[in-house]
Amino acid sequence: MPRSFPHNPQLNANGELQHLLSIEGLPREILIQILDTAESFAGVTEREVKKVPLLRGKSVFNLFFEASTRTRTTFEIAAKRLSADVINLNVAVSSQSKGESLLDTVANLSAMQADVFVVRHGSSGAPYLIARHVKPHEHVINAGDGRHAHPTQGLLDLFTIRHYKKDFARLTVAIVGDVLHSRVARSLIHGLTTLGAPEVRVIGPQTLLPARVETLGVRVFHDVRAGLKDCDVVVMLRLQNERMNGALLPSAQEFFKHYGLTADKLALAKPDAIVMHPGPMNRGVEIDSSVADGPHSVILPQVTFGIAVRMAVMSIVAGN
Amino acid sequence: MTKIPDAEALLPRLVAELKVRVTPATAMIGLHTGGAWLAERLHPLLGLKEPLGLMDIAFYRDDYAKEGLKHDPKRTRIPFEVEGREILLVDDVLYTGRTVRAALNELFDYGRPKSITLVVLADRGGRQLPIAAQYCGAQVDVPEGMRLRLRRAANGRLALELERAA
Repeated sequence: MPRSFPHNPQLNANGELQHLLSIEGLPREILIQILDTAESFAGVTEREVKKVPLLRGKSVFNLFFEASTRTRTTFEIAAKRLSADVINLNVAVSSQSKGESLLDTVANLSAMQADVFVVRHGSSGAPYLIARHVKPHEHVINAGDGRHAHPTQGLLDLFTIRHYKKDFARLTVAIVGDVLHSRVARSLIHGLTTLGAPEVRVIGPQTLLPARVETLGVRVFHDVRAGLKDCDVVVMLRLQNERMNGALLPSAQEFFKHYGLTADKLALAKPDAIVMHPGPMNRGVEIDSSVADGPHSVILPQVTFGIAVRMAVMSIVAGN
Repeated sequence: MTKIPDAEALLPRLVAELKVRVTPATAMIGLHTGGAWLAERLHPLLGLKEPLGLMDIAFYRDDYAKEGLKHDPKRTRIPFEVEGREILLVDDVLYTGRTVRAALNELFDYGRPKSITLVVLADRGGRQLPIAAQYCGAQVDVPEGMRLRLRRAANGRLALELERAA
């Protein structure tokens, strides 16, 4: 029987995190709890023995209905460092192609005694559907659904910003590029506004910004130079070729000329600005190599922090 | 009425007892939160070569399946090589022994110490595991349904207090 969610589908009756589906709608205290817990796990990932016994005996199923290397790998590493058993299912090429429905796939995995489902799906809302049908002891973590959300990426972005800037209270954060197709941008904007960043800017051509994006509480810039001025944090988004249908852009070269992050554009931001990118990067399209590999870049630390953040999320939901 | 000893008055004797066993290989680790407070007081008085290590055993607890993850785990920081060291493991109150069990497991994920010695401010009995403290400030009888906690005042003074168990 599907259970009904009277309030937030992510929280249990005690207001604790039961599933992680989206940053939107999560109270500030839970975001802080995840970031603080991740900070402790960051210590574990620096040790020689990078493993704790917390999820011993639990099974984590990585259910990827859409291709991903980095996210799936970091979830796998995170689960292994928590001593969970990890089962990777590349569902795109198995059951679904044989016609099995999403819920039947999940019911079968549930019969194999799953504790945590990490789900990536091309359709927005798929993890919600699964969360509504799993048993009470099973937990769902959204690893990216359609254009909707990618909460663990948003959380690791928040973790990275807090790591380098300590506090959100005086920050100006610019998110640059293809916001329209980016679930990362959406998750990050919700997180930043919840944690009190006073100014979040989105910068991009009209065709790559969602309609009414300003209702999310951001300032909109079409001129990248104006938008980057005095920023503390610059988040570059990948130009999502695979999500583009129709001619939103003249060409990648044209995009780089106007919006690609180069050293001279970055010079408009604060001298100690950090540059982030959720990856995978298109060098020479949204970011110049000299910036991607330069002193302001924290792109590789983001990947490392992503493991600690995913350890935090898994150990919090699996314990509730 | 249970008599609760004055925590501050227990410190000098603990320091005196520990001092005679300190060697160049001795290092100290305090367990969050009360054990860390106690260790922060003991450490400077023992003239140890290595900086103080602090440990939060949240990721090694044996009640995760029942209780979940506790809310604000602190980062464990051990700023020295554990391998070959004589470790003074410091906690405030010794009770069931489960926290110490978890700490031993965590410690061994950092290396193989030469020895581990348990130092506590108070032992309230009630052990559920074969664990004992080599150095103990005081034995304290704690009534059923109560717990013994260390508090630290704004001026840094330590005090043992009884409170109703959750």
